[in-house]
Amino acid sequence: MLESYLSIFINAVFIENIALSVFLGMCTFIAISKKIDAAIGLGIAVIVIIGITVPLNNLIYTYILKEGALAWLGFPEVSLEFVGLISYIGVIAATVQILEMFLDRYVPVLYNALGIFLPLITVNCAILGASLFMVEKSLAFGESVVYGLGAGVGWALAIAMLAGIREKLKYSDIPDGLQGLGITFITVGLMCFGFMSFGGISI
Amino acid sequence: MAKTSEVLLSPIFKDNPIALQVLGICSALAVTSKLYPTLIMCVALTATITLSNFFISLIRNIVPSNIRIIVQMTIISSLVIIVDQLLKAYDYETSKTLSVFVGLIITNCIVMGRAEAYAMQNGPYMSMVDGFGNGLGYSVILIIVGSIRELIGSGQLLGVQILPLVSEGGWYVSNNFFLLPPSSFLIIGLFIWFLRSWKTEQVEPAEFKMSKNAPKEVKVDHA
Repeated sequence: MLESYLSIFINAVFIENIALSVFLGMCTFIAISKKIDAAIGLGIAVIVIIGITVPLNNLIYTYILKEGALAWLGFPEVSLEFVGLISYIGVIAATVQILEMFLDRYVPVLYNALGIFLPLITVNCAILGASLFMVEKSLAFGESVVYGLGAGVGWALAIAMLAGIREKLKYSDIPDGLQGLGITFITVGLMCFGFMSFGGISI
Repeated sequence: MAKTSEVLLSPIFKDNPIALQVLGICSALAVTSKLYPTLIMCVALTATITLSNFFISLIRNIVPSNIRIIVQMTIISSLVIIVDQLLKAYDYETSKTLSVFVGLIITNCIVMGRAEAYAMQNGPYMSMVDGFGNGLGYSVILIIVGSIRELIGSGQLLGVQILPLVSEGGWYVSNNFFLLPPSSFLIIGLFIWFLRSWKTEQVEPAEFKMSKNAPKEVKVDHA
């Protein structure tokens, strides 16, 4: 039992790293990785939000949307899977909003640290992507909690590493046209190759 | 009329959503290993962004500004659901290849970004033109990346063999590197380099300059 959870976690962090193997959340990944502090702040915010929304969406999928899930209401053959997308994004937007208000009221220190990143996260495709992958892999509730946390940690790890590289990179002599965005793309490409070496590992 | 063509054409090279605004790159990387799914993705995104800009612009004066994000999200996700269902109905194979990436058009920042930056301030017609132009800008990059990857990676374009492979008696040794997803990062990086050498006003200033006092050349004494 514990072993299978551990393997889902390791799988989500390294082998199927959500940033470097499935390329999700790239817009914020590239835009917010100039400074290492900001990158870590955003990474933590992503871990929290993915960790909450993936299990929530799992519950919604299992008890409301899945084919036959509405049997308890007396509609055994109804399948609401086609409204999946809109409900997941609704859950994500609502969670972000609630978390923002909660942090503002009760944990102002954390709110000041994460505050500016929270609204960005609603449109971060890593979050929605993790929920969609959860449905595609048909994970159970316990597994979805572990998968969500793993995906978040993997993304945070990747953005922290990229920020570290970029902080060093600004002292190097880069051709004019490649300055900034261009060299960042190439750096990320090389990092992806690095992460592909985890691909052969089976746990 | 001049303004229309300006709005339509400027996102293609001058203000490209991927190469300059850094929006919507996730799908640019993951779906481009073959040209056909790439084309489907471009059509899906262009249709979504054009229509979402149109509808959002229609209701821009009625929506209170503090709930606008959620209203935009709802409109965009409804459109994406329609696209997704159409694709599943008429081209199931491709919809399997694209897997979650069709759904991820919802969070594609080009769509949200244009809704927020353009459709909220402009009329429905111009917003549609702007959406279509940005869809084209996105498509241009995706099609370039998709063609390069399919041609070099497997010697084909749209499934038709262009370069005969060694394994089938031809001369071309396929370069599997280009079938791997990370290669698209390198291609986009080089494309940005090319674009910025051509349109030099897009070059970003360096954060850090070598100081003037630094020795230009270190002389090595070979005596």
